Amino acid sequence: MIATESLSKRFPRVTALDRLSMDIGPGVTGLVGANGAGKSTLIKILLGLSPATEGRAAVLGLDVATNGGQIRERVGYMPEHDCLPPDVSATEFVVHMARMSGLPPTAARERTADTLRHVGLYEERYRPIGGYSTGMKQRVKLAQALVHDPQLVFLDEPTNGLDPVGRDEMLGLIRRVHTDFGISVLVTSHLLGELERTCDHVVVIDGGKLLRSSSTTDFTQITTTLAVEVTDSDECPDGTRALREALRERGMETETGGELPGAGHTVLLTAEGEETYDLVRDLVADLGLGLIRMEQRRHHIAEVFKDKDAADAARPESASAPVAVPAPTAAAQQTGGGRDER
Amino acid sequence: MSVESTQIHNIGYRDYEGPRLGRAYARRSLFSQSLRGAYGLGRSAKSKVLPMILFAVMCLPAAIMVAVAVATKTKDLPVDYTRYAIVMQALISLFLAAQAPQTVSRDLRFKTVPLYFSRPIERGDYVLAKFAAMTSALFVLTAAPLLVLYVGALLAKLDFLDQTEGFGQGLVSVALLSLLFSGIALVISAITPRRGFGIAAVIAVLTITYGAVSTVQAIAYEQGSTDAIAWLGLFSPITLIDGVQTAFLGATSAFPGGDGPSSGVGVVYVLVVLGLIAGCYGALMRRYRKVGLS
Repeated sequence: MIATESLSKRFPRVTALDRLSMDIGPGVTGLVGANGAGKSTLIKILLGLSPATEGRAAVLGLDVATNGGQIRERVGYMPEHDCLPPDVSATEFVVHMARMSGLPPTAARERTADTLRHVGLYEERYRPIGGYSTGMKQRVKLAQALVHDPQLVFLDEPTNGLDPVGRDEMLGLIRRVHTDFGISVLVTSHLLGELERTCDHVVVIDGGKLLRSSSTTDFTQITTTLAVEVTDSDECPDGTRALREALRERGMETETGGELPGAGHTVLLTAEGEETYDLVRDLVADLGLGLIRMEQRRHHIAEVFKDKDAADAARPESASAPVAVPAPTAAAQQTGGGRDER
Repeated sequence: MSVESTQIHNIGYRDYEGPRLGRAYARRSLFSQSLRGAYGLGRSAKSKVLPMILFAVMCLPAAIMVAVAVATKTKDLPVDYTRYAIVMQALISLFLAAQAPQTVSRDLRFKTVPLYFSRPIERGDYVLAKFAAMTSALFVLTAAPLLVLYVGALLAKLDFLDQTEGFGQGLVSVALLSLLFSGIALVISAITPRRGFGIAAVIAVLTITYGAVSTVQAIAYEQGSTDAIAWLGLFSPITLIDGVQTAFLGATSAFPGGDGPSSGVGVVYVLVVLGLIAGCYGALMRRYRKVGLS
């Protein structure tokens, strides 16, 4: 779908991309990096809107330097920033954008109605966009990126500004874009944890360099940190401690969730597989406690950097690190240019 | 009753297999959307009010003149075709000030421009479509009353050849005026994403230059330096148009003393007008080089 070869972009003062080589296949791919890591620059180059200083890139087998127009006809783009005029309705706006992608008027109307329904906008699509909530606006932005049935969409920070529920809905929608609509997705975020459930593959860039490129199973299945919180009961006045002791009897190491107020009630443990979840469930039930939550702790982009630092220093990771992502041994199914050249 | 007839089928996602009409079609779509938008079509009812009122007010004097001409059976229309736009220039400025910012700064303000450039069209297509749309909108506004006058003149059985010639000259003049005024107004509006600034700046540029030029011209006329009058006219858009049509389109000048530029100076006028139009186009291209994806 996307291939880059020592792609560089230098501005007078900064290097936005530094010899980036990667190969992204069909499916949902997450592009993770801190703000300023070069994500938006990369998308601009891939859309053929900004020439690369050095190196080459191809999208859908078309060279970005020479076939920008053809690429943009078959690719959708959802920008990070607000881009919707408030005084028109979602329908009018999306119809217009469909025509701007080359769809004939009738097809533009039909596709708009379909696409808005698929992203979950119904009666409100006839009202002016100015009155929409952030979540609805994000849906309109997604709809205009999908309305011309592209083969690939670039979604730049689609969950920005959404509350947790809206975030989950948007991530579910992104997943459906691939599974139900058959459109490949490149989605950017600065939160790794958010992407690992949605994406098949995650590419991490930092300072314009490729830090890591691997399938999401590598990120999540080898080690998962579980956060468990339980209630207290009459028999066990301190439910958290009782659970911790019970786990220790079974040979499970636990940690407290941190030093913030209230975090002491969170038990962190390393899940080795399905059986760990069952074990926790059974123990909690045996103790007669209420299970408030049991969830996977989300990784943050910073942990990948920590991981990189640790790997660079070639020493085992300190046991006290709250979430230890293993060194990417099983990673890099695909070429990892920036790292390989080390 | 069969089960099938009551079921609601979720048809799911459908691929689009139809034609994709590409860049030229997208450019045309942007043109028609912007042209309609200038008259508030396809937008809220509120945004139709001002352009439609201005359009009506623009045509009203023409209709009255025609009515008078038909009723009184005069031999000539009270106002020349070429003079009409000059007389109505305040309305033209008002229309431009209201609609040029809505044509360009709206896209800048709500950051819709990057979305356009993620489509097959390029910077040049965008500028061309917007320029053409604004010019056409202004041409519709300025040519419609001329059409009313012409039809009325024919109904009043005025001399056909004479009227047709005047109408033709008037159309050329307002076409030039539309290009020049749209160019200037679009460049001003494209500088700022703020619509209010755009409106104020467009009105200021059009009225202040005209006010200054006509004042200085009047002073020159008082002091008897008639040569200076023609040269001074080069410094405001409406006097430029006035000069061009006086020199080449058989119009009588609105300059003090009624003497427009001679043919020699008229050539300078034409060159300045064409240069300004090209300059505005170039400035818009430059402006949008910076906007792109942000």
